[in-house]
Amino acid sequence: MERARRVLEMKGITKQYFGNTVLNDVSIDLCPGEIHALVGENGAGKSTLMNILFGMPVIHSTGGFSGEILIDGKKVELLSPAAAMQAGIGMVHQEFMLLPGFTITENIKLNRETTRKNALSRLLKSEFLDYLDVPAMRKDARTALDRLDLSIDEWLPVAGLPVGYMQFIEIAREVDKKEVKILVFDEPTAVLTETEADRLLGSLRRLAADGIAILFITHRLDEVMDVADRITVLRDGETVAMLNRDEAVVERIAELMVGRKVEKVELPPRDTDPSDKDIALTINDLLVDMPGEMVRGLSLSVRRGEILGIGGLAGHGKLGIANGITGLYSASGHVSKNGDNIPLNSPEQVLLKGLAFVSEDRRGVGLLLNEPIDRNIGVTAMQAQHKFLRPWPHFLPALRLENRGELRAYAEAMIRKLDIRCLGPNQPVRSLSGGNQQKVCVAKALALEPEILFVSEPTRGIDVGAKRLVLDLLVRLNREHNVTIIMTSSELGELRKICDRVAIVYRGRLAGILPPDASDAEFGLMMAGRVRKEAI
Amino acid sequence: MAHRLRQTVEHIGVPRLMIAGFLVIIFIIAYLTDMSVPQLITDSLVRVGMNGIIVLAMVPTISCGVGLNFGLPLGVLSGLVGALISMERGLTGFSGLFAAIAFAVPIAVVVGYLYALLLESVKGQEMMVGTYVGFSTVAVMCVFWLMAPFKNPELIWAIGGKGLRFTLTLGNHFGKVLNNFAVFRLFGVKISAGLLGFFLLFCLLIYLFYRTKLGIAMLAAGANPVFARSAGIEVRRMKAVGVVLSTVLAAIGIIVYAQSYGFLQLYMAPLMMAFPAVAAILIGGASLQRATILNVIIGTVLFQTLLTTALPVTSRVIQGDISEVARLIISNGMILYALTRSTGGK
Repeated sequence: MERARRVLEMKGITKQYFGNTVLNDVSIDLCPGEIHALVGENGAGKSTLMNILFGMPVIHSTGGFSGEILIDGKKVELLSPAAAMQAGIGMVHQEFMLLPGFTITENIKLNRETTRKNALSRLLKSEFLDYLDVPAMRKDARTALDRLDLSIDEWLPVAGLPVGYMQFIEIAREVDKKEVKILVFDEPTAVLTETEADRLLGSLRRLAADGIAILFITHRLDEVMDVADRITVLRDGETVAMLNRDEAVVERIAELMVGRKVEKVELPPRDTDPSDKDIALTINDLLVDMPGEMVRGLSLSVRRGEILGIGGLAGHGKLGIANGITGLYSASGHVSKNGDNIPLNSPEQVLLKGLAFVSEDRRGVGLLLNEPIDRNIGVTAMQAQHKFLRPWPHFLPALRLENRGELRAYAEAMIRKLDIRCLGPNQPVRSLSGGNQQKVCVAKALALEPEILFVSEPTRGIDVGAKRLVLDLLVRLNREHNVTIIMTSSELGELRKICDRVAIVYRGRLAGILPPDASDAEFGLMMAGRVRKEAI
Repeated sequence: MAHRLRQTVEHIGVPRLMIAGFLVIIFIIAYLTDMSVPQLITDSLVRVGMNGIIVLAMVPTISCGVGLNFGLPLGVLSGLVGALISMERGLTGFSGLFAAIAFAVPIAVVVGYLYALLLESVKGQEMMVGTYVGFSTVAVMCVFWLMAPFKNPELIWAIGGKGLRFTLTLGNHFGKVLNNFAVFRLFGVKISAGLLGFFLLFCLLIYLFYRTKLGIAMLAAGANPVFARSAGIEVRRMKAVGVVLSTVLAAIGIIVYAQSYGFLQLYMAPLMMAFPAVAAILIGGASLQRATILNVIIGTVLFQTLLTTALPVTSRVIQGDISEVARLIISNGMILYALTRSTGGK
């Protein structure tokens, strides 16, 4: 490895989205033949940094960035993915960009086919009419696959291959590009099994030994320790550390990743603290088929009256739990409330059992955007529990008229209680701010008078002030109305702020439960899969 | 001031303003060329009452998330069968009209339900599939009209004694019963309270339906299926309710249309029934996701008034008959405009 030469340097990169600084003076560099790991929590700015490097249109359509990119010491302007590819940057995507009906060879060589001239193409001087040189293409594909130590036949169609292989074909496509000197891997092991992941790491090392510089983005700290020569840690859009392998230990990286000062606020006390003697909800062996957030056999007990946090990195299934129990995604397993079995896959039954859910997808699941505030608040309670309806005709509840007066009065009370900033209960929710929309979602759940409330990502996409209000609201509900709250969030900080316990999910299972005042390193390790079971 | 003006324009919508402006010009020309303006208004009002319920039939499918009901001929055919049964029985006057509706509604419910089952399996292409379902059913029914076991000599071909006629006169049955009910004159305009009242009664019923638990569930299912599911609403069932309701309204609508027209048209006549209704509701400001009773009323009034007045007036001015061409340009152009506008997201 030549340490002196830099194949890539990104210097002082700063990027703002609509006034929000997502990257602040980030610098990173790569030497030929080096594996450089980039780690950070969700939202730390990794993807934005890679989008900048790859010249994605989303960067330039939102006002570009400041800072400079140097390749082989020369300043370059990467205004499009095509320009980035020309500069020798290859990217292996998280989502598979493969054509399922095409063979492996065709996928690898797509739009870079080897061709032979024929009479017509010579006559018209158009390379679009050249013959494909299939044997040559297959040879190239074979070489690329061999470099990855993949023994699969190059003429097989991609459709039907195991997921793990698809990732390798993506890599083979990048490797086949002769000009590639920098390869970016964006969480390549997220969808792989452990053996597949090991193999991939082996390929990474081999490619690095060939002199390709590799930028490796991942959540999994074990892998980082395994292959990385250097490690850069991002947090909240800033570089917090750049470590050499010999000075890095997993605990230290975990701490750097998560570490932020948790402002400890005094939460109102309770008469009796929740305990394992009084369990409100038991989840046994829950499996949820939610794409990207699979839950694979999770068991958990929720104490009555507590605020239980569920944390974990994206893709590990924390969001699947609430979505599965409330019936929005197909689930199996056993869930019982007070010993009473809750049928899965039936939102209606779940609502009748006194469970309510504030979805993480506020605009997609949580609201009827074009409808007014009062209808948004009332419709679920009306449909599931026959509230806000006139009593007649009682024999045909489906044709009972909406009681607008009652609904409006309830909505007005909620607007006051939750301090929803609006022009009145008539205002369509589309025109409310994110924080106020979230409060409407909470009001909607409250209209159901739930015993147990699931709240997912309650502060996603809302500003700082509104975040605090929403969190305060949850605490108030918990203390004053004795609602048991299960809160899922990507922001560990807010979980640690208001929760009694924080459960960490890793790969669809419970990794452990930590008290909110556990150390940063403990949280970081658990989220990264270094399970250390601790009963608390 | 300019800002408020722009807001008002945006609120009413440019197409509606343009059409309304055009109508004003037409009425001025009509006045200047000595045409009878009250007569034009009378004719327009009849056309509004005649077509209103058919346009109203578009509302349930739009609000339950299926989109415009291009399969409207299904409901129309159900209505025709109901009317034929009433006529076969020799019923006349209001009893003939209500019997026709009473026979038609159960047929429409069954047909609508089967149609809903079909649409369920072609999710996302309901409008395209609906168009062809309508077309092909009209063709199949042509065979039925020929084979149907109707015996009343007024209905069947005089020669041969088999098969229904192309056009049946309703004069002796329930022709114009609504049109001639409670008619009064206002500034020379003849207003049929019976016909318009019947239309407005159905508008009121549909309005009330959207205030019921079922109606609100249907709205929610159409506006946001995932939201509806999370509220325990069965989206599939709501779509079926919407399609059935639309089919039933179309069946009633064609009966009202026929009594006003004075004739029952069979065979290929129902083929294009959906298009003027689609054009009317889109002119009224509805989108593919959202339609209100107000859209129906405004749309029917604008569209039908335009058709009834523009054609005699223009042919008077340019001394030639372009009525059919103009009608096709206006109605299909409007559909085209609305479809391009509505699919580009909200």
